[in-house]
Amino acid sequence: MGNKKKVLLMGKSGAGKTSMRSIIFANYVARDTRRLGPTMNVEHSYIRFLGTMVLNLWDCGGQPNYFDNYITPQREQIFKGAEVLIFVISVETKELQDDLRLYQSCLEALAHLSPEAKIVCLISKMDLIADEKREQEFSVRESEIKRRSLPLKVTCYPTSIWDESLYKAWSSIIYSLVPNIAKFESSLNMFADIMRADEVLLFEKATYLIIAHSVRRKHPDGHRFEKISNIIKQFKLNASRYVANLHTMRMEIINGDLKILLDMLTPNTAIMVVITDPLVYPAAISLNIQTARKHFEMLEKLDRAPAMQFGDPKV
Amino acid sequence: MAEINPPELFIGSDAIQPFSQEPVSMAEQEAKPQIILMGLRRCGKSSIAQVVFNKITPNGTVLLESTTKIEFTDIETNTFLHYELVEIPGQMDIFESTVPMNHEGLFSNCDAVIYIIDCSDSYESALPYLYQIVTCAHKINPKIRFEVFIHKTDVLRQDGDKLAIRRSIYYKVTRDLQDSCLEAVKLHFYLTSIYDYSIFEALSSVVQKLIPELPTLENMLNLLNQKCRIEKSYLFDLHSKIYIATDSTPLDIAMYALVSDMIDTVLDLANIYDSGSDAKDANLSSTFELNNKSFLFLKKVNQYLALVVFMTGEDLQETSGLIEYNFYLFKKALENVFEIRTRKSKEKLL
Repeated sequence: MGNKKKVLLMGKSGAGKTSMRSIIFANYVARDTRRLGPTMNVEHSYIRFLGTMVLNLWDCGGQPNYFDNYITPQREQIFKGAEVLIFVISVETKELQDDLRLYQSCLEALAHLSPEAKIVCLISKMDLIADEKREQEFSVRESEIKRRSLPLKVTCYPTSIWDESLYKAWSSIIYSLVPNIAKFESSLNMFADIMRADEVLLFEKATYLIIAHSVRRKHPDGHRFEKISNIIKQFKLNASRYVANLHTMRMEIINGDLKILLDMLTPNTAIMVVITDPLVYPAAISLNIQTARKHFEMLEKLDRAPAMQFGDPKV
Repeated sequence: MAEINPPELFIGSDAIQPFSQEPVSMAEQEAKPQIILMGLRRCGKSSIAQVVFNKITPNGTVLLESTTKIEFTDIETNTFLHYELVEIPGQMDIFESTVPMNHEGLFSNCDAVIYIIDCSDSYESALPYLYQIVTCAHKINPKIRFEVFIHKTDVLRQDGDKLAIRRSIYYKVTRDLQDSCLEAVKLHFYLTSIYDYSIFEALSSVVQKLIPELPTLENMLNLLNQKCRIEKSYLFDLHSKIYIATDSTPLDIAMYALVSDMIDTVLDLANIYDSGSDAKDANLSSTFELNNKSFLFLKKVNQYLALVVFMTGEDLQETSGLIEYNFYLFKKALENVFEIRTRKSKEKLL
């Protein structure tokens, strides 16, 4: 089925693959990841995303003997039909060359069996490096990884489960997987124009990853999207301790001319609108979101249409 | 002690004098309650101060150096309380003859002593020092409140363990005090940890006792609850997330956690998009709606304080007008309460 996306999550054992997966998709708090044990073999998880898309995440345990299996006996099974390979390398790894050798053998298999797949390399545990050194340490590794991946293209991100960098990396991975993303974006741009908004962000509801945004007014902070994802996700996690079964959330923040409104848009997405125009009243924003709902629901259904025909010919 | 650090001079007998020569600064000094943080070394005094007032993450406190001199921190978070936090390092035993310490000066100007006991260590060793402090301070200033924080409870897994430790400490301390005929001294015990909300909750209770207007505020919040069918309301100091008053329904730490998370979210999001203008700051307001049936309202009532309420089972469309109006009345009433205080302190000056 076209809407099932196979995502491979690989890397040496202890690099933090399962930790980041649990935080993004299973509502773990960073502190809770200490309780996770090592992954045995391959753990599959199916994550329903945007209602129609299913992420089939293959969390591949990183111990050497498993790795040997992936590369030789299970080669076809693992690497065939993958859309994304996410390779995680811990920043504090003692033998970077060792990690890179594994990485290269994965690339080789991938290039052979899924040549179209996107490759992402995450440098994890960046929190162990002092703030001022992070950039430098990251770029050293990035250039080395890029060199070793040639002729394939790779995107690298620094991540840490303790801050918002994790959301940046995963947002961009998800972004590349959503079909129809261009339609979402153009609709969002139009919507932002009509509302005279400074900024409109579209989130996936379960993970609060940002899947599309429209910026009409320059903002000095380039990292704000990840921060917002992180802030809202944290609140959601904490609040669900008090309010059982938290499925909808609406936030309205007004500070002088600044109005921030977060609301559910479709059953699978949430929208955040930021407006500083003093002539726009909060009630108008709510009304506009209400009106836009139908349009975005239709966009989502467009996604679904081919899949539904495939599954149930009667529809 | 050849070297005396400058701040310690304030404690010395001669350093207290300058205040009485200038009436203005004395009045200010009087209006500013002092809270003394004490405890054995490494019990977590600095960590508490840093986490609550400087917004250091609890994980970041492992990097804190141990305090070597008495530290004074002005906490000017709100107009209601201008208090001063005095942190006395644990390795400095104030009853040792080699330490130049004027107990009179230390305790006479102080409203509350917070004594911190590290319950992950052998807590019994902390009790004699507590006993010494209580006997000495009570003699000098019988009005002092003693608050005992049984700290680092995060190391204890079970609630039963926490309660057992509290009971045992309570029993030992009261027995010692009874033995020296000090039954009248009331100590309050709190179980705290910087890794959850308990430290904020405990500090809130401590601070509330120092507010003379507390009964008025409580009354106002009760009335507000009654009129708007609010479940719980708090008057928060936004910066420190300490609440200076709440209604008289029983305390609920989960509710405090929810409200405090809301404040974090609102401030964080507003900070990202704020263009840096402070003038509008007093207008901050926010509404959170959870599952279409629970609501949190936040409204800033002055530069530092915000009224936060939680309600459930009402229709937002119908109630929001009512809430808005009553919040406005509350704000006005609060201004009146403030006014009385400023008028009083002015009269005192004259």
